[in-house]
Amino acid sequence: MHEFDWSSIPGALPFLWEGMKVSLVITAQAVIVGIVWGTALAMMRLSSVKPLSWFAAGYVNLFRAVPLVMVLLWFFLIVPKFIEQLFGLPSGTDLRLTSAMIGFALFESAYYSEIIRAGIQSVPKGQMAASSALGMTYSQAMRLVVLPQAFRNMVPLLLTQAIILFQDTSLVYVSALADFFGAAYKVGDRDGRLVELLLFAGVVYFVICYSASQLVKRLQKKYHPA
Amino acid sequence: MIKISNVSKHYGAFQVLTDCTTSVSKGEVIVVCGPSGSGKSTLIKCVNGLEPFQSGEIVVNGTSVGDPKTNLPKLRSHVGMVFQNFELFPHMSITENLAIAQIKVLKRGKEEAMDKGLKLLERVGLKAHAHKFPGQLSGGQQQRVAIARALAMDPICMLFDEPTSALDPEMVNEVLDVMTELAREGMTMMCVTHEMGFARRVANRVIFMDQGRIVEDDSKEAFFANPRSERAQQFLAKILHH
Repeated sequence: MHEFDWSSIPGALPFLWEGMKVSLVITAQAVIVGIVWGTALAMMRLSSVKPLSWFAAGYVNLFRAVPLVMVLLWFFLIVPKFIEQLFGLPSGTDLRLTSAMIGFALFESAYYSEIIRAGIQSVPKGQMAASSALGMTYSQAMRLVVLPQAFRNMVPLLLTQAIILFQDTSLVYVSALADFFGAAYKVGDRDGRLVELLLFAGVVYFVICYSASQLVKRLQKKYHPA
Repeated sequence: MIKISNVSKHYGAFQVLTDCTTSVSKGEVIVVCGPSGSGKSTLIKCVNGLEPFQSGEIVVNGTSVGDPKTNLPKLRSHVGMVFQNFELFPHMSITENLAIAQIKVLKRGKEEAMDKGLKLLERVGLKAHAHKFPGQLSGGQQQRVAIARALAMDPICMLFDEPTSALDPEMVNEVLDVMTELAREGMTMMCVTHEMGFARRVANRVIFMDQGRIVEDDSKEAFFANPRSERAQQFLAKILHH
């Protein structure tokens, strides 16, 4: 029987909190970039301009067909070199966080764009027709009429995706970046208390994600009581 | 005001409109009727370019709708349209529904747009509902708001696409009353509708369509008294013996 020893956790809390901040920063920026770029991709996908639509379809299909871990690794290996050259940074600058953020943002955009595309398509076609009939241009109709309704329908799905994304941030361990999971792993490894630290990390992930998803459920009930 | 010449349209191999020709002069009220699938809604949607057509020409107030150089949003901004399913914007209050296009398309000031909206709301008898959202109104009320929304743009003519067919029977008249009043004031109107009572009361001319063709285009007196085509006779017999 394993003897649990939790004593290394209290002292490690500041370090773990630093890790949590990395996880939260990656999540937040990937959600924001994901929604913005995802909206652009969704509109390209639905556009009647064929090359745009093909590009968006190719992008989405590519990113949805490869594992996130692999995308992160690619970005970990490629992006730092690229950025170093582009900005003339000295070789070996720590760009792990930057490349992880870019990897996540590009990857999640593919998922967000599918959610947003479904959201746009859930708005009745007549809304676009009515907006056009009032003299609005396509972009006015999208901005003022279609997208606001689409986003209102999508809020629960977008938040659920954000929760999944938060869990997925743990995959940055492949680039040895100390996110919350990575930090817990490092502390456990150092103190020979890996089991305790990973259990603790699991509980923290569970509490955060479970409460967030309960919150989403309540939001959903409030806005879509049906 | 509206001149439709030899308009044809097909979706792939399916011919929706075949060689449709007619016109609407200023102040005229035209009712377009016919069995479902006869192309009447498609025809009216071609008039403001919501539906493209492959051949023929439609000229609205001197502007050719099918011409790729035509600024369609500008043309549409002064052609009012009312839809079967109202299509009010559900995320905006009634007042905002009335003001949004005035502000964004006609570049009117917010005050002016709100005032104009409220005046029109009063005209359709719904001033008390200004702060509600579309979902809180009955179908008939929503359709009256939709008419007011179109009128807020100071349209030179109005297109109605089956404005009462999605309504419960007891709400049909409140909408037809608004339309009748509009017609009496001299608005140029093209109405796709099955409401033959309305046609008899206010239409100048009746167009009967079948299988994408304009089969009859006559004064309402002639149409109701003595429809020439057999198809129109059958249609009238069915619809009037309800």
